[in-house]
Formats: sequence, structure tokens, C-alpha cells
Amino acid sequence: MAAPTMDRSTAAAPATPVQTLTISKALNMGLRAAMEANPKVIMMGEDIGKLGGVFRITDGLQKDFGEQRVLDTPLAESGIIGTAVGLAIRGYRPVCEIQFDGFIFPGFDQIVSQVAKLHYRTQGKIKMPIVIRVPFGGGIGAVEHHSESPESYFAHTAGLKVVSCSNPADAYWMIQQAIDCDDPVLFFEPKRRYYEKGEVDTTAQPGKLFESRVLRTGTDATLVAYGPMVRTSLDAANAAAEDGTSLEVIDLRTLSPLDLAPVFESVRRTGRLVVVSEAPSESSIASEIAAKVQQECFYSLQAPVLRVTGFDTPYPPSKLEEEFLPDLDRVLHAVDRSLAW
Amino acid sequence: MSSPEQWTHPEPDAAPAATAAKPTAEQVIAGLRATDEGGADLVQLLTPEGERVTHPDFDIDITAEELRGLYRDMVLIRRVDREANALQRKGQLGIWVPLLGQEAAQIGAGRAMRETDMAFPSYREHGIAWTRGINPTELLGIFRGTDQGTWDPVEKRFHPYTIVIGNQVLNAAGYAMGQKFDGKVGDDEGEATMCFFGDGATSQGDVHEGFVWAAVYDAPLVFFCQNNQWAISEPTERQSRLPLYQRARGYGFPGIRVDGNDVLATLAVTKWALDECRHGNGPILIEAFTYRMDAHTTSDDPTRYRLSDELEMWKLKDPIERVKVYLVRQQWADHEFFESVEADADKLGEELREFCTNMPDPPAERIFSNVYAEGNPNLEAQRDEFLGYVSGFAGGEH
Repeated sequence: MAAPTMDRSTAAAPATPVQTLTISKALNMGLRAAMEANPKVIMMGEDIGKLGGVFRITDGLQKDFGEQRVLDTPLAESGIIGTAVGLAIRGYRPVCEIQFDGFIFPGFDQIVSQVAKLHYRTQGKIKMPIVIRVPFGGGIGAVEHHSESPESYFAHTAGLKVVSCSNPADAYWMIQQAIDCDDPVLFFEPKRRYYEKGEVDTTAQPGKLFESRVLRTGTDATLVAYGPMVRTSLDAANAAAEDGTSLEVIDLRTLSPLDLAPVFESVRRTGRLVVVSEAPSESSIASEIAAKVQQECFYSLQAPVLRVTGFDTPYPPSKLEEEFLPDLDRVLHAVDRSLAW
Repeated sequence: MSSPEQWTHPEPDAAPAATAAKPTAEQVIAGLRATDEGGADLVQLLTPEGERVTHPDFDIDITAEELRGLYRDMVLIRRVDREANALQRKGQLGIWVPLLGQEAAQIGAGRAMRETDMAFPSYREHGIAWTRGINPTELLGIFRGTDQGTWDPVEKRFHPYTIVIGNQVLNAAGYAMGQKFDGKVGDDEGEATMCFFGDGATSQGDVHEGFVWAAVYDAPLVFFCQNNQWAISEPTERQSRLPLYQRARGYGFPGIRVDGNDVLATLAVTKWALDECRHGNGPILIEAFTYRMDAHTTSDDPTRYRLSDELEMWKLKDPIERVKVYLVRQQWADHEFFESVEADADKLGEELREFCTNMPDPPAERIFSNVYAEGNPNLEAQRDEFLGYVSGFAGGEH
């Protein structure tokens, strides 16, 4: 493979390491850093090359790294994932982009049958260092299959790791850590938050990938969320504070393996937990958290664990997504119910 | 909640990749392809200049009235398309999927069908919808976000739009197998099915499997691939080494490439293919060689990946203009006719605008309706709880 020819001066550490970036730009920079660090890192997906992806997350990468490292693939998700398996066996570290959440299902067979199981089946002789990036969730006024939250299917499948970022700093670091991981990682990106800004310190020592994080401390109840619902939960905590209610907010970050130690610690102090997620609630990440918390924190709970989620229906026409998606009011309503228990 | 504009145009500073200048040799190699060359096998009956030509295998007897009808169909559906595109720009639709340039492919194919035939569309088939008797206003809700298609697919024999690329091809194969199992195939009164998909879809496993199934069961299915040269930003060469119609041979059925900008040729070839299927000689693949004159959707910016010269070349092959020239030359239509079509188009455009701007938002109950045929008590409880919560707001409790 020809060495990439690119102007390193533009990619070097900027004069000030702390920049204000969107999640979208932070992901782009994180991908670029991963490609610079390891020539075996390659990108695969539909429209990710010349166009830079429909969300421009891979913007400029094909231009700088060439068509053999940023592949505009034929239009077939099973093909993208299935060939990534072969490339991974051959020593590459493929980063696959699935254009929208609802388009992952043609690739589902390859993810569940091969990506998830090859390491187990070969007793560790084959590793699957594949990252599957999925812009997920609703709130963008889109047509069918463009607003779904399919993460639970993958968290339910042994052999896969599943994470979701909620802010630009995590986007920058988590994507690089996911690419470094020798296990396959489903990387869920909160598409409706792509253009929200935050500070990113590209020289900071990042936290671990598979760790939850307390974003706001509080004493009256705990909110747990991930991806796009972290912003909603923080907003709810701000609103509650004005009414004198102190909410702790935890960003789950990793959905498989779950890192619930910070949640248990929090619930033991607050006695109340509300889990917030866009995905339908039945047999979901939220269900799993509720089950584990009642098991570990039974005597600390002052109220049942409540879930504020999308409904157990297909994603509705977009004029109804404001009703479908958990919002600040629904989160606070659940907090009220918990406090009044 | 973000407005659609926030995610559709995230990078206002993105530099256009193409220029209007004459392409250099490198540009030709890199992006400006010979997309206007359909090749020697292209079936054409009306040239871009509006001249009637013959083909050894395909011909069509067409009356002046029939051709005026096809012209009118194409003008009206183009107006629907342009109005809907404009409605999206005005914020009345979340997104629109333009069919501009593909009017002949769709009107030709759609008018070849009988009422008893079934159609499985992708999501750009507004012209097919028109020929199935779907009022264009019924398309708007899909793109405004009020519903997911309101027509009765059984009554209209027009399946809902399918957005996941290629899914409908297997569904169409199954439906066509059912037509055969029901004994509706074998003579001139037989039924057939048409399945619509694009050049990009031909890479999907579902499409390949659909070819296999239809062939194995001799299904009365016409695979109608509109090769509009672009799958969002990817040219057809990203999907195939050989011309798409030639793939059919590998599956054991005929493949024909027709000039998709020629409504007469498309009508002739599709009628023939449907008749073959009715008589039990299906399936058949038709590749309608055409061009996507507008963006993939209103969220897309084609200047990032294709040269505008390509567009200019295809403007000369406009599907409507060549019919107009022929109608005038044959003295099959006069000024009054063209004026009346324009007036009809104006009226249709006005109806669409009026309808769109007055569309009510659906009630919250719609989220929960028709998830199951036989209901689900847990979901009904969830619905009741949510509606109770919403009515609390309406009552001013909060």
C-alpha cells in the first residue's frame, strides 16, 4: 500500500490544544488521528469518500489517505461488514460507516454470526478489531429508517462491545479508543447532536473507553442516559435545580460491557433512579440497568427504578417524534413520580 | 428539536467539487463519464432530437391521442416533482426525493401496466404512483412526516414506498410467485408484477436473491432498474463491472437496456416484458438508462461529487422535449394542446401547495395504532398512560 502523502503540518498539534469543536468535527479529527497513527486503519462505507459521508464525518479523509484507505463501497451493508471481517483477518482495522441506523439490518447477519463469534469460535486465534459507526436516534425530522435506536440488539449479542458518545471530547477520544480495541465495537453516534459544540483538549489523557461517567452530582435522584439523551438529562437537571431538586446525571458511555459501579454508588446515595433512552423500553438497555440496580441496590431504593424511553412501537412519522422521544418534561415527570413514591 | 435544515446543510463552507468549464482529460477520467452512451444494445424509438427510429425487435403502434397522453403525464409529474421540491425549500416538507429526468422511464413503465398488475416501488417512483391512480397529494405526507403513505396498496396494486435499499425486490418476487401459484399466469389474461429499484440497489444481497428466486420459480416479474447513473455520490462503476442489464444472463433470464429517456421505447419494451411474464416466460430484467438530473434528495449536494458538464450533456436528452418536438412535427398537437397541459400543470401545482400547507399533524394516538393486527395489551396500557399524561398538559396542570 502506498504511503499516504499529506501535509502533516496541518494535522500536527495546534498552537492551543483546547479547541471548541462540534461532535461531527471531533469525530472527523479522531478518525484522522487514528489513520495517521496506524496505516492498517481503513474506512469503509457508502458515500464516505468523495462526498465525505452524508454527515461529512469522513470529510477530506479520502483526499488525504487515498482510495485504498477510504473506500466508497458498493451499496450493500452485508457486503461492507462481511468484507471488513476478511480484511480484519488479513490484519486491517476496518472502520465501517452505516449511513443510518435503520440500514444496519442488511448487515445484521454478518455482525451477529461472524463479527461477534469468530474470536470465540477460533479460541482467540482470530481477532475482530472492527468498528461499526452508526449515526443513531431521532429528532431530525427524517423519513422512515433514519431515526432508530437499535443498540439493544447488539448489546444483547455476546462478543460485541457497544458504546455511545454524547459530547465532542468523548467523540474525539472514544472513536480512537474504539479503533484501538481488539474487540469489535459498535459505535453509536448521536446524530441529532452532531453540530453541538464543546471543548476538546487533544493533548489531555482521556478516560477509559468502557467507563461510565458522572457528569453532574446531585442528591435527590439519579438520571442515567447515553448518546443524545445525555443532553436532555442535563437540561432536565438544570431545570430541576431551579425548583430546588438536585439531580445527579450519569453518562453511561458504554452499553456493553455496562459499567454500573458509578450508578450503584449514586443510587445508594440518592435512593432513586430514572433511566432515559430513546430506544423502546421492552428488553432494552434500560431494562438491564433496572434489573441490575434492583439487584445491587435493593435496600437503598426509595422508589422503583423508572424508565423514560421511546414507546414500544415502530418509530412514528416524524411529525410525532416530539411525542415519541423523551423530553425534558417527561424526564421531570418521572422524577416527580419517583420523589412522590 | 433540530430543524431539518440543521442537519441537511451542516457545512456551508463546503467547496463545490465541480466547475462548469469544459472538462480536462483528467476530469473525464475522474468523474465525467460517458454516461450518455447507452451502447449498441440500447433500445430507442424516439431520438433526443424527436425523430422516430426503428428497432429490429421492438416497435410500437401509437396514436396521436396516446402520445399526447404520455406527454401530459410527463409534464404533470414533472410539475408535481418541482412543486414538492419547492415545498421542501419553503420548509413545508422535511425532505423530497426528486424524479427530475426520469419521467419517461416511469411514465413509460407505468402506462405499460394493467390494473391487475402489481407494482413494488422504491422511494423515487412518483411517476409510477401517478400511473397507478395515486393522487400526488398522497405522497406528501411521507416527506412531511405526517404518515408513511396513505393509499391502499391492495386496492391500488401499488406497494408502499420502500426506503431500505433493495428490500422490495424479494417482496415482489414473493408476490409474483403467488400470482403463479394462484394460476394467474399462462395466457393473455395473466397477471404480472413490476419491481422498481435503482443502480445502487443492484449491489444488495436482497436484489441478487430476488433474481435467483424469481428465476427458480419462473415468477411473472419484471425487474425494472432505473439506472440514473448515481447512487447518491457513487457512480454506477462502483456497483458493477459490466452493464447492469447483462447481469440477467447469469441468472438465466433476458436483460434489456432501454433508453429510459424515451417514453415510447420504455413503453414498448415494458409491455413486451409484461406480456412475456403473463404467458409464463418471466422473469425479465429491464435496465432503463437515464439520469438523475437533480440531487439524490433535497439534503444532498451533487456539486461535491459530479461535474456539471455531465448534467449539461443530459439536458440535451430531455425526455419531455423530444416528445414535444415529435408531436409538433407530426402535427399531432397544436398550441392549444400545449397551453392546456400547462394550465393543468398550474392547477395541479396549486392543489399540491394548498393541500400541503393545510395538512394537519397526526394525533398522538397514531404512534400506537396498528402496530399489531391482533393488538397487544401491554402496548395499549402504555398508550393509555401516555395519553393521560398528555391530557394533563392540555388541562393546564403544568
